[in-house]
Amino acid sequence: MSHDHDHDHETPSGPALRAEALEALLLERGLLDPAEVDAVIANYGERVGPLNGARVVARAWTDAAYRQRLLADGTAAAEELGIVGGPGGQMERLVVVENDPAVHNVVVCTLCSCYPWALLGLPPRWYKDPAYRSRVVREPRAVLREFGVEVPAEKALQVWDSSAEVRYLVLPERPEGTEGLSEAQLAALVPREAMIGVAVLQALAGEGA
Amino acid sequence: MAPQQGGDARLQLGAEVAPPTENGELVFEAPWEARVFALAHHLCDAGLYSWDDFREALIAEIAQWDAAHPRGEGYVYYERFQAALEGLLVSRGLVAPGALEAETAKLAARPHGHDH
Repeated sequence: MSHDHDHDHETPSGPALRAEALEALLLERGLLDPAEVDAVIANYGERVGPLNGARVVARAWTDAAYRQRLLADGTAAAEELGIVGGPGGQMERLVVVENDPAVHNVVVCTLCSCYPWALLGLPPRWYKDPAYRSRVVREPRAVLREFGVEVPAEKALQVWDSSAEVRYLVLPERPEGTEGLSEAQLAALVPREAMIGVAVLQALAGEGA
Repeated sequence: MAPQQGGDARLQLGAEVAPPTENGELVFEAPWEARVFALAHHLCDAGLYSWDDFREALIAEIAQWDAAHPRGEGYVYYERFQAALEGLLVSRGLVAPGALEAETAKLAARPHGHDH
């Protein structure tokens, strides 16, 4: 595609080519089953995904006892819904932080883009970008404003930096106007961004609005 | 009514992203990124290394990049991811040093016809 990389002396090393070469080598050595690789892609693209996180949020909104358990031990509460496993089958400790009228939470991984894959699927592009990772710590209100989220000055803003051991998930505030919705309908309202903390859910227009 | 989505463009991170059509959106810039991502997971699932090992390699790759680019030039995340995977496999003796370069050159020497 791009023709501006240098052709001086090196062997061709476009990342796509290198990826293909690596797969070929591993296949040759019998270390790899290409169908399994395809399955991983399909799993993250289709079955895993923000839907799992949204199910957790919707359950917490509709079941006060579950919400308590979720805030006390996110890993166990996710497992209750059958959500387990990142790579290698293990899930890092999940800590769920709750937004309320006094506090807004936002999640980042400054070190390497750690992300609760089992709950949110693959990380969005901006999450991995150095600009987000450094700026959200230094000036979270400004970054959130760019996402269209205005956090009032009187509201505390808590930034959670993921680590090798802990993944954070934001439990957003349940929007007004959703009293009559079922758990599944609620889950459909919760986008990935709200569970990272860079979006807030708007009240549903309709009755009473 | 529609919840906030994306925000990518507003952060002006230098590239457009595929519009997030729905929750299950994939977030790879190119097919090879997905292959490398899935490869790293598959090999971990197969027990060749632990995810902690991989993550340490990735953290080291990114730190190395940051150190070499003091003015904060961005990197392509999956290129760091790929470098971490390659380094880990070589250090574990699963890929011979130099083998990857040789294989890449071999593939590059294939008759072209599309892509270039």
